[in-house]
Amino acid sequence: MNDRTANPRAWWFVLPVLVLVAFNALIPLMTVVNYSVQETFGDNVFFWEGLKWFEQVLNSDRFHESFLRQLAFTGMILAIEVPLGIAVALSMPRKGPWVSVCLVLMALPLLIPWNVVGAMWNIFALPDIGLLGRMINGMGIDYNFTQQPVAAWLTTVLMDVWHWTSLVVLLAYAGLCSIPDAYYQAAKIDGASAWAVFRYIQLPKMKRVLTIAILLRFMDSFMIYTEPFVLTGGGPGNTTTFLSIDLVKIALGQFDLGPAAAMSLIYFLVVLLVCWIFYTLTMRNESQ
Amino acid sequence: MKAYKWAVPALYIVFLMLPIYWLLNMSFKTTNEILGTFSLWPQEFTLSNYAKIFTDPTWYNGYLNSITYVVINTVISVSVALPAAYAFSRYRFLGDKHLFFWLLTNRMAPPAVFALPFFQLYSAIGLFDTHLAVALAHCLFNIPLAVWILEGFMSGVPKELDETAYLDGYSFWRFFLRIFVPTIAAGIGVAAFFCFMYSWVELLLAKTLTSVAAKPIAATMTRTASTAGYELGLLAAAGALTIIPGAFVIYFVRHYIAKGFALGRV
Repeated sequence: MNDRTANPRAWWFVLPVLVLVAFNALIPLMTVVNYSVQETFGDNVFFWEGLKWFEQVLNSDRFHESFLRQLAFTGMILAIEVPLGIAVALSMPRKGPWVSVCLVLMALPLLIPWNVVGAMWNIFALPDIGLLGRMINGMGIDYNFTQQPVAAWLTTVLMDVWHWTSLVVLLAYAGLCSIPDAYYQAAKIDGASAWAVFRYIQLPKMKRVLTIAILLRFMDSFMIYTEPFVLTGGGPGNTTTFLSIDLVKIALGQFDLGPAAAMSLIYFLVVLLVCWIFYTLTMRNESQ
Repeated sequence: MKAYKWAVPALYIVFLMLPIYWLLNMSFKTTNEILGTFSLWPQEFTLSNYAKIFTDPTWYNGYLNSITYVVINTVISVSVALPAAYAFSRYRFLGDKHLFFWLLTNRMAPPAVFALPFFQLYSAIGLFDTHLAVALAHCLFNIPLAVWILEGFMSGVPKELDETAYLDGYSFWRFFLRIFVPTIAAGIGVAAFFCFMYSWVELLLAKTLTSVAAKPIAATMTRTASTAGYELGLLAAAGALTIIPGAFVIYFVRHYIAKGFALGRV
């Protein structure tokens, strides 16, 4: 976005986008803000409540628990998907017919509707009819993700690893492919070890794409709803009830609009804040 | 060490394919066989699950509904994003950087936050349960995505192209449509692919904004799973069919997927 000419009329080019996105973003957001400070008993009668709902949500154990669960889940999948994705990308072929085969097969999970991902893992992991469930039980480990909290957690994490590691692979691979051969030849002449090549050539070149990968995975895993909802329904108990699942339960299940709206805003602000910090830090690194 | 390098991607791909294989396996079995016996491939191979989907209107209409709103959304998103992305990549104007970042913040909004307000908004303007409602709602995250991807591709095109065309006497729109759009055809393809993909996989908003007339296939599946009890074979067949559109288009953009995820910035 550098080296551009000043042109105030460019606003006309942006106007359609602005109207459509503002219509979809601002009106619903104002509705949420509206609900978050009022109490209603139906019939469109509202009472001003100030910050009561925000205090209630911020002090409720239920919110703390689903927030911590969400943090743990996002932390876990990032800790698995990023190193695994880099490892797969490093050992992928750089040329030849296998490149296309790898790219197409690896990208496949990314294009499956999210509820199908959940349903697919459900029938894959069920202890009686699923391949995974049968295999684990066959090894003598008692495994049933519909009953055991730990098993439900591990299955949800494994499903997310299955679903999204390819995103990291594709981005890391694109970063690796942009390294000129001359760099590797120079490293060979210097007698650099494989670790040195990774640390001083490959990792710096992948930094930019990995930042994007981590940002995307953070955002999307923090909003995850459909896949765990279909797989476990948030159970057993509340053990896999992440933030979005909890929010939909409060808003559409119990129809507690005030607390749900307050929770929505807190939730959205957390995502925005983390992304903004991340974005600023990256931009600062890049300008240096 | 080097000779076994292929084993890592190979094992990874096997891990990716196992659940998909299991879904296909289930889709060719009868419900009795699924519940009665455990087998690695269908013992009584049947196509009846697929036959049911292709003959029962509640099923095949689900696919048609999904494809309809996905296509409408892709067309809207890409066509409004094209001029906007051009403006961001070529011009400076009041508030451009803030606007550009604000667009992306909409990609960060959890759909669960917007589900209920969207329902009320689209009911209020009389679009509830139409394809257009879902297509417009998906613009929330697809337009910012398309703008960012296209801007990334456009910034890779040297400005001299524009200047030469103006010197040659091209008007702006003639230059834009005849020269510039064909130049960034790959970028448009990638942006369209990503709009298609995110609209295709999203369910929460699509389900909230429809009831009967525009019900997406994914929602038909969830309802079957809960009401019709254990029709797992049918469910598996429906799931397997949702993979096909993605598998079909992915081949054409395989070298650009990473670029698209990086919003045109690799």
